[in-house]
Amino acid sequence: MQYSLRQAFRSGKFVTGFALFAAMLVIVIVYPLIITYPPLQIIAQGTFFPPGIYVSTYDSVNAPTTYTLNLDDAAAKRIASKLKAEDRTAMKEWLVAAGIPESEIDAADTAKLLAQWEANYDPKKQVAGMTFARSRYFQRVNTSISGLLSSEGAILATKAPDTGALQQAGTVKQTDYVNVSEIPNVRLLPLGTDNFGRDVLTELIRAAGVSLEIGLVAGIIATLIGLTLGLLAGYVGGVVDDVIVFITNLFTVIPGLVLLILISFSLGQDKRGPVTIAAVIGLTYWVWTARSVRAQVISLRNRDHVNLSKLSGHSIPHIIINDILPYIASYVIMAFILQISSAILAEASLSILGLGPRTTDVPTLGLMMNWAMIYQAHLLQKWWAYLPVLVTIAMITFSMNLMITGLDQVFNPALRD
Amino acid sequence: MASEKNSCLSGEGLTKIFGFGRTRTLAVDHVDFDFHEGEVVSIVGESGSGKTTLAKMLLGLINPTEGEIHFLGQKRDISSQKKRQEYWKNIQAIFQDPFSSYNIFTKIDGVLLDCIRMRGGGHLPKEKKIELMTEACSFVNLKFAELTNKYPFELSGGQMQRLMIARIFLLKPRILIADEPTSMIDACSRATILDYLMKLRDEIGMTLIFITHDIGLAYYVSDSVYIMEHGKFVERGSADEVILRPKEPYTRRLINDVPKIYEEWDLSTV
Amino acid sequence: MANVVLEVKDLTTKYITRFREDVYAVDHVSLKVEEGKSLGIAGESGCGKSTLALSLMGYYFPPLYYTSGEIIIDGKVISGMKPDDVRKSVLGTEIAYIPQAAMNALNPTRKIINFIEDVILAHDPTENKKFIYDLARASFEILGLPPEVLQKYPVELSGGMKQRTVIAVSVILRPKVLIADEPSSALDVTSQKMVIKMLRSLMDTGFIKAMIFITHELPLLYNVTDDIMVMYAGQIVEQAAAREAVFDPLHPYSKGLMGSIIVPEAGLRDVKLAAIPGVPPNLKKPPAGCRFAERCKYVRAECKVTAVPLYAVGNGRAYRCILAEQVLREAYAHGQ
Repeated sequence: MQYSLRQAFRSGKFVTGFALFAAMLVIVIVYPLIITYPPLQIIAQGTFFPPGIYVSTYDSVNAPTTYTLNLDDAAAKRIASKLKAEDRTAMKEWLVAAGIPESEIDAADTAKLLAQWEANYDPKKQVAGMTFARSRYFQRVNTSISGLLSSEGAILATKAPDTGALQQAGTVKQTDYVNVSEIPNVRLLPLGTDNFGRDVLTELIRAAGVSLEIGLVAGIIATLIGLTLGLLAGYVGGVVDDVIVFITNLFTVIPGLVLLILISFSLGQDKRGPVTIAAVIGLTYWVWTARSVRAQVISLRNRDHVNLSKLSGHSIPHIIINDILPYIASYVIMAFILQISSAILAEASLSILGLGPRTTDVPTLGLMMNWAMIYQAHLLQKWWAYLPVLVTIAMITFSMNLMITGLDQVFNPALRD
Repeated sequence: MASEKNSCLSGEGLTKIFGFGRTRTLAVDHVDFDFHEGEVVSIVGESGSGKTTLAKMLLGLINPTEGEIHFLGQKRDISSQKKRQEYWKNIQAIFQDPFSSYNIFTKIDGVLLDCIRMRGGGHLPKEKKIELMTEACSFVNLKFAELTNKYPFELSGGQMQRLMIARIFLLKPRILIADEPTSMIDACSRATILDYLMKLRDEIGMTLIFITHDIGLAYYVSDSVYIMEHGKFVERGSADEVILRPKEPYTRRLINDVPKIYEEWDLSTV
Repeated sequence: MANVVLEVKDLTTKYITRFREDVYAVDHVSLKVEEGKSLGIAGESGCGKSTLALSLMGYYFPPLYYTSGEIIIDGKVISGMKPDDVRKSVLGTEIAYIPQAAMNALNPTRKIINFIEDVILAHDPTENKKFIYDLARASFEILGLPPEVLQKYPVELSGGMKQRTVIAVSVILRPKVLIADEPSSALDVTSQKMVIKMLRSLMDTGFIKAMIFITHELPLLYNVTDDIMVMYAGQIVEQAAAREAVFDPLHPYSKGLMGSIIVPEAGLRDVKLAAIPGVPPNLKKPPAGCRFAERCKYVRAECKVTAVPLYAVGNGRAYRCILAEQVLREAYAHGQ
């Protein structure tokens, strides 16, 4: 066994898979220790805030120190962020339609274009052939660009408590800067927020942890049931074998997912915690382990070393533990890893159908997918709500499958280099 | 001469049927036999003749469908694990394929210690156990000091089979069933294995039952020979009688089909 | 002097292992087989018998490589030819090879006649099917195989019948030399006997001119071949007529081998089985002196010093031992 283990760590595939899996495990364990936000706390008012660093505007305005930086490209950047290339062509289009000769307009010359625009644009002017929506669009462009070239600062005003009149409290110049590290409220949302306004990254890492737990619990249950039934059927044989084979066949003909859906549905929303779901998955996914363990045990049962062990007076438990189990251990370990990864996938499938664990306690990878789907993240192109989840699921199963392939090469002499 | 000795293992109407309905096969068909103490017996048959099934029934590894086995004149009773353990102190086996006879996860020491424990030596001090194991290994010309902490699969086929004999040396059973002990190993090592088996028999005076397809080997080692065809004994008798003066056509065919070197090998019979 | 069909001069071939080590599994082997004669090769497993069989075909593929020496079939040198030329003009017509598991190499989805068509069309693509069928039928009848076999699939035939069919297919082009490597060891005794009978008839019926038969079953070898060559660690250690090799071996290794023969015959009771202790040497680093020295009962100090040549003692007999014929015979007489 030790020998096999050492061999396993010489297989490139196993090591890659194991490193990947270990890295994910470390993140799942360490991240909550450092970032202690509750994973399901709703922080954003609104849905699907894009990934980025969120800086409190209020704190920026009231920053203890403001710094003046004279940066040459500041104005250009500001304009560029407001005035996009498509806006420029649109403006040119309007100006041409309004009767300015095309040769006089240069869309690249921001100052001239804006001057021409301000001189000529009239929201009330009817341009022939322009739809109402289109003219609304130009009104919006007009609003956003007004004052773009001005170098005036913005005036801060406060409401006088007694009269309710606005009083100037200060100005914010275009050259004013604050240092982010001096701002007390900055929140990094690397993956933005989801439909409920929750931090996707924190949620995702918790979900990965829960999904792994579900996988582990389901894998242990499935492997234990499969191993026990397989060993019993294979070694004891006779009526025991017939009964177990009958039950196994019964489970085989019913597709696992259908069974899973029916059981989850009949449990009801309230009773579906992560552990319950894991148990349900475990209880429906043991069939293949049982079948293949049984087949292997049957072929082992008649081997001479088992006969010799019997002749040495060993009891049945001793024979099963010493002469059968070590021979199938490698296989069972591989089946176990496979069970974990398929249980994670099963949970995801269940949750995406809305039959996963109850939604208020913990997220799971499947639930996150479910939420993203219900709120149409995929149609709204809010990739951060579903793509990281997909990648996580893929990485977990990929790392596990890599480990299995690596182990297969170690245990299966035919595949050895 | 054989009849004066006591019966060691005998059977009456021993039958084994596998499967039922269409797949029903009669592996061993009502065989009677009487093996005497200290005798070397060979059961000769082609593959599929039921000789290995018979061996497993004798060993108590599978239950006969019908018939009785008598051990030392008494009806054999192996109905409980305790009784089986007692029976297996008296009857042991060497199997055909040395590579599958050992648990690859157990070291050689473990194999031999099992035997000491079975002979009731589990409580002996460590030095005494090592002494016993060394003695057993040197009996088959193996050095225990070189084998300790090794796994059986690190040995060659011939060495593994010799280790099997060392195991029997420690167990000292009354009966040894050798199921094709030499068919998987090189012709040169074959002589070595047979030598050690015969030496062991002389040493502990056990009854040796050879299960083999090699009629030449049966003739070389045994006192009496049973020829088996389709689950039945077609001919039995002393080795000289059966091999040199066969009565049954099947026996004659078996002998004729094996190449000869002292006499002309008659190829016209096929 | 009869026509020499197969002559091998100083043939050396090697395996190159994964670790780039050379293993000379056939080391300066010379032999001659005359027309109408058969040569048997005996030895333990791992002594180079099967490698010699492969090497004799002149068809090398990794990890087996040709190093030096000549193979001459009926005056035609085939060693050093390109593999493609060997396949086209040597295999099947000059030399045929039957490996141990030949019968398992038959594609189960094709009829026997299809294999024969393949063999013949590979050498002459213009032949028509009718001609091939007639030829196959005629050949099968001469070889004592029922012609119905031609229309059957391999799975419909018993192991012995399959092996005999494979032999018939391999000799259909009437090769000059047949190399049979353990052709019967996977079969039961009755099928084995039929295969042997067929092999012995091949030369009388003119299908082949000479045969090389390889097996570790000495009684078989004795019954099939005219001469026996004993190999040990890639070298020939003894060459003699079959009767002499079995009943009067000179080399201590041959003596040991012959001592392991077990047959169901009265003569066996007078013989004590001899066993050779130890294992053959590792050919990656063969011993400097006699390769058998480590296991030899009659070893002397000088045995381990220099390589021992093959001494010819007349009558086509040769052995590789520094002890004189007389000394060895006396030692054997005392040994028993």
